[in-house]
Amino acid sequence: MASRIARRIAKPMARQISRAPSPVIAYSVPWVTVALASIVPGWPLIAVVPIMPPLGFMTLLAWRQLRPGLLPVWAAVPLGIIDDLFNGQPFGCAIVLWSVTMIGLDIIEARFPWRNFLTDWLVATGLIVAYLIAELLIANRAGVGTAWTVILPQMALSVIAYPIVGRVLSWLDRWRLARFRVID
Amino acid sequence: MVPPGNRRSGYSRRAHNNIFFAYVATGLGVLIGGALLLGSMSNAGNFAAWRGLASDVTQPAARVTAKGRTAAGGFWATLAGYATWGPENARLKREVGIARVQSVQAAALADENRRLKAMLKLAADTPRPIANAWMMASTNASTRRYGTISTGMADGVRTGMPVRSPEGLIGRVLEVGRHSARVLMITDTESVVPVRRASDGLPAFATGKGDGTVQLRLLTLGINPLKAGDAFVASGSGGIYWPGTPIAVVSELTRDGAMARVLGDPSASEMVVVQPAWAPTEDASLPPPASESEVKAKGKKKSG
Repeated sequence: MASRIARRIAKPMARQISRAPSPVIAYSVPWVTVALASIVPGWPLIAVVPIMPPLGFMTLLAWRQLRPGLLPVWAAVPLGIIDDLFNGQPFGCAIVLWSVTMIGLDIIEARFPWRNFLTDWLVATGLIVAYLIAELLIANRAGVGTAWTVILPQMALSVIAYPIVGRVLSWLDRWRLARFRVID
Repeated sequence: MVPPGNRRSGYSRRAHNNIFFAYVATGLGVLIGGALLLGSMSNAGNFAAWRGLASDVTQPAARVTAKGRTAAGGFWATLAGYATWGPENARLKREVGIARVQSVQAAALADENRRLKAMLKLAADTPRPIANAWMMASTNASTRRYGTISTGMADGVRTGMPVRSPEGLIGRVLEVGRHSARVLMITDTESVVPVRRASDGLPAFATGKGDGTVQLRLLTLGINPLKAGDAFVASGSGGIYWPGTPIAVVSELTRDGAMARVLGDPSASEMVVVQPAWAPTEDASLPPPASESEVKAKGKKKSG
């Protein structure tokens, strides 16, 4: 038993030798996670109030803050199209808001290059709140007015959930760069 | 944290171009997205085909999740049941005793209704369902209230058909894909359902509020006759929704109506039924049509 545990612990290290990360996984994981975060949150519950955080948008933000430059700036356009197919907003809403966010983040980064956890969270909080308000305004413009108080719980939940999203993504980031591929 | 240095392009012309064109592409994305947004805001059904295709593609996975959701709900209900089984058991036994008597009475009433309807030559008032479906997904992050159901054009579902659960009305079909359909829930702000009070037929409109309740607006002005606990059902005026479908129960009075809690809670009902759209010409309270058209209507019913 003890030897088996020791072997299990040593295994990841043994796996490192003469192996390299798979480029397909390393580059596709951010795209796939953002797309899944747009599609899957609609499934686990049928909500009567907007309560689920905008996870697609938050995942995009978190990847951008975790690994600047890994997702190109224009990634907001194809990923926004996918989000728009599922989010219930008028089509084009996510394309515009995500693109503006990506450009905005580059401007913020050029302005304040030194970052830490708190400033990242603060920037993300501002962007998430602005995003939810913009979504409400666009939805109200297209349809009939929903009271703005309806999105307050969702806003609070999103802001609190953002560091968790970041933590999950950093775990995925390590997995993304795990050495899968055997070098001959 | 140190600012990332890997994004400095240095003297490489290629790197400069890459950065430049990435921004140009994103700027174009903003413009194109803005155009699409304006297009879809002027006509909400503009990208229905794309959305239908997308929900068709994700339908199998979403359906599996819906089944899992049901199982999980059942699991929690079972677990919660262990905490309250004693008093619950006693209460249920009492209720079964009462229900036995009532069911005999109900059977007698149903029989009487059947005979009276046969005498008046009224058709059955419950429609044959078009399809049964799972509630697959909903727009959880948006203020709009759309749901996706796991049945579509292949099963005969068409735009405008009402969707209900055993408890009450969920909404109506808005966009149809091949194997999935998008439902506008009655709690959406764009949904308006003509309703009447179940007890006396007081007419009203139920407008969604976007927060799980509906606003009831009375057609008659004057003193607000509503009370908390009043049940409202669909009146069927204007078509689409079958008369008598349970809609909502009044929870709070307002100046010109009331706020009401929706009975067909989509979060509690996993299985829904798609009904044919109700045509008001089939209203039994209207005078019977001329004999020729009556024959035609009957022929249509048989074929459909």
